[in-house]
Parts: sequence; structure tokens; C-alpha cells
Amino acid sequence: MDLEKLKERVLTLAPEAELEENKQFLTFIIPTGKLHYIALKLKEDEDTAFDYLFCQSGTDMGKYLMVVYHLKSTTHDHSLVLKVKTEDRQNPSFDSVCDIWRTAEFHEREIFDMLGIWFNNHTDLRRLFLDDNWVGFPLRKDYQDEVNIVEI
Amino acid sequence: MKEVIHTPVPSVEEEEYHINMGPQHPSTHGVLRLVVSLQGEIVKSLKPHCGYIHRGMEKMCEKDTYPQIIHLTDRMDYLSAHINNHAVCLLVENALQIEVPERVKYVRTIMDELCRIQSHQLWWSSFGMDLGGLTCFFYGLRDREKILDIWEETTGARFLQSYYTPGGLMWDIHPDFQKKTKEFLKYFRKKIRDYEKILSGNVIFRERSRNIGVLSKEDAISFGVTGPSGRGSGFSCDIRKHNPYALYDKVEFKEILYHEGDTLARYMVRMDEMYESMHIIDQLIDNIPQGDYSAKMKAVIKLPAGEYYQRVETARGELGLYCISDGNKTPYRLKFRTPSFSNLSVLDHITRGLKIADLVAIGGSLDLVIPDIDR
Repeated sequence: MDLEKLKERVLTLAPEAELEENKQFLTFIIPTGKLHYIALKLKEDEDTAFDYLFCQSGTDMGKYLMVVYHLKSTTHDHSLVLKVKTEDRQNPSFDSVCDIWRTAEFHEREIFDMLGIWFNNHTDLRRLFLDDNWVGFPLRKDYQDEVNIVEI
Repeated sequence: MKEVIHTPVPSVEEEEYHINMGPQHPSTHGVLRLVVSLQGEIVKSLKPHCGYIHRGMEKMCEKDTYPQIIHLTDRMDYLSAHINNHAVCLLVENALQIEVPERVKYVRTIMDELCRIQSHQLWWSSFGMDLGGLTCFFYGLRDREKILDIWEETTGARFLQSYYTPGGLMWDIHPDFQKKTKEFLKYFRKKIRDYEKILSGNVIFRERSRNIGVLSKEDAISFGVTGPSGRGSGFSCDIRKHNPYALYDKVEFKEILYHEGDTLARYMVRMDEMYESMHIIDQLIDNIPQGDYSAKMKAVIKLPAGEYYQRVETARGELGLYCISDGNKTPYRLKFRTPSFSNLSVLDHITRGLKIADLVAIGGSLDLVIPDIDR
């Protein structure tokens, strides 16, 4: 499917999705509530068939927290990037996509570990790298650790 | 007659118990702890515990300049050090739209393929050892030493080279580099036949790996299992073919695919890849053009504000770098999507219901490098 058709497809699934211009991949900011619905549709529809989540990452952008999904279809060889954002820094949460792409199980655990973003309906959401009693989320920009981080 | 009442003692088959494999276990090849639920000898489930050598590399990168980040990436997948460096260099070069000299592309491609061969040699050594063939370990390390010697001459380091810089190479290649590389290829073409004889054709080995840990193509894609492990399941995921970089669109090579998805298929992919890597080097080694070993770069490298994604094929699979830049000399955020991380996630899925001895074989066939998971 070419980019124009892909763009139309995402916009029919979620008319409120926002297109980001001048990116390496076709990039959409999608409403948080519709994430799971859009992801499932994009994977299951035969003409889109995004079966490969090749990167899932979380970022603290200062004003908001963001999770980015890099998707690829191994049959059609097209790519798409979805972003979800939240301004809630106390209890940020998104729907889990680990029932759609199993690789998300580990990626979401890492994002929870490093950024404190909760994923609803995840089967086993725990810290992945750090101790269970670790305080704070290291990849947040306001994280402070006077012992382990040495400022030069 | 008096009736004897037995209190029921749970037999070994009924009782489920947990054992810790690792963090210090020879078959985990690093500091990884697997909590295995066993019923008798059968694995019921398995939980990996990571983080023993987590260094917070992504956080460190937010304070480091791009040339400094190269030195960190060596230490992720230390067996693919050159290829990890390549990823950062390509990220910077593509963002700044710098055309590197032809000579650099040739040297980088050759170095990457040497890197792939030595990584597969070390994997072959330890995989054989995991399954009881200690000879493999000596054979593999003996031959790997030759590649390390070639690197030592050119880069000054045997293991963590940091030889690539944004725009080119740290130094030019050693005058003997081409001669030594050709000697190595000639030598290794003979020796790899021993590999086939010792392990590939060994009945015990084949029985222990055939139909063990079968991973279907759909699951490989869903779990994001890439590299030789994914290609053993028929998942065509070679970045060198799909998103070529350096000279991979100019050289001729095959993407090795097996469709069985078992431990033996993953083994065969790596064995065949060593031949393909030698074939690639053959095409390039005599044709390295003269010229600069680096493009002109500014002293301070700043990427324009925006997002960049760069992927390369390491010896273990797809390495992705997702960079968000705000225009400064350090990235705002740099995410490493490392191949071993996703490959580890499938271990529980394909080990269930098999014997614990098979877990060692499957773990070996996934070729996990722990610093690549922990970063």
C-alpha cells in the first residue's frame, strides 16, 4: 500500500489522528483511547498487515510523556510510526499492545521500568532491569540520583 | 491384619519446583538469571531476570556527544563491536547528509563481515561446548584469534575497537591488512570443513537439536526475533538486503533462510552465513580504492532537530537506533533496539514442555549476548 492510501486508512480509523510532517516514516499522533483499536485493525486488515513491531520506545519530552511504536509489514514492506502522548506525570497509562505483538511484553516492561508508564492489561508488568524497590524512573528528565549519576 | 496407612508423598513428577539457572551459569554466557519452573525434568515455564549488568547506557547517551557514544556501543554487543559502531556512524552521516569516501565503505563492509565471522566462530565454539563437544571451543577460539590479530594491527585493539568515526575511520588500514585477510580466508575455508565434520555431521548433536525449540515464522515476527534466529524460522529479516547500507547493495550474497525453525535450523543459518560473509569479503578485498579514510567533519557534531531511525544487521539481528535530537551536540533521547533483547523474550515460549537439557541447547542457538540485553 502506498503512503497516500496508508494515510487515508489511518485517518478513517481515527479522524482525530494528527499527521507529523517531514519524518523518515509516515508518523501519526493518535488519541490515547483508540490505541489498541487502531493497532489491532492495522495488524489484522490484510491490506495493511502490520505484523512486526520493530521498535517500541518511551520518551520524556518535558511537557508530556510519549510512547512510540515503529511498525512494519513483512508482507507489504511498508512502515508506519504511531505515537501516543500523555501529560499526566503522576499516573501515566496506555493500553498494552502485548496481545497484538508479543515483543511488546518486554518492551513495555522496560518502558515501565525506566519511565514509569503503566500499560493496562499487560500480563506481567514489573520492573525489568532495576530492583523492585528502586525509587524513581531513571529516563525521566527530572530524575535525580546524586549517588549514581556523576555530573561533570 | 493391621492396615498400613501411607501418607501421600508427592512424586517427583507431580511436584513443581523452581531452580535458578544463573546468574553465574556457563550456559547463559554472561550474567543472566533464568528462574525455571520444573516438573521433574520438564520445563513448565521460565522467567528471565535481567539487569545484573545494566549500565544505563541510554541515560548516559543523553550527556554524551556522538563520537563519545560510539565508544559506549562497543560495549553493548561486544561481539559485533564494529557493526554497533557502524550504526551510530550511519545515524550521524545520514542525518547530516555526509557522503563518506568509497574507501571507507569498502573497509567498513569488510570489517563488518570479519566481525560477523568471528562472532559466529565464538558462538559455534560455545554452542558446541554447551552440548558437550569441548573440542569445538578450542577449534573456534583458535581460528577467531586470526581475525583478532588482523584487527589488532589495524585498529590497535582486539576486542572493543571503536574504529569507526562519524564520517570515516579512526586511522587508515594497516599495509598488511589485505594480505592477512586473504590469508585468513584461505586458512578458514579449510578449517570450516572441520567444523562441519565435528558438529554439523555429529549424530548426537543432530539428535539433540532437531525438532527442539521449534519457533514458527508467525511467532518469530510477533516476538521480533531477528538475525540468524529469525531466519532459521523463515522470517526474511536481513537488514543488509531490506535496507542496504555501506556496500551491501553492490555485493552479491544470499540471505540464508531455513524454514524448520528448530535449533538445528538456527545452527545451519549461522554456518552458512560464515560462507556468505567470506564470499562478500572475497569480492571487496582486492578492490579497495585509494583515497581518504575519512570525510571532512566539523569538530563539534550537532544533528538538526528531528527524529532519526537507523538500523543495521549485527551478528545477532536487527539493531535499531531511534534518536530524538533537539539540535544540541548530545541527543535528547537515544533508544537502542537491540536484537538479543527481543530474542530473549521468545525463550519462555519455545522452551515450555521440553527438558531442561534442551533449554541449554535452545539458549545457545539463540546466541544471546547479555550486555546487549541489559545495555
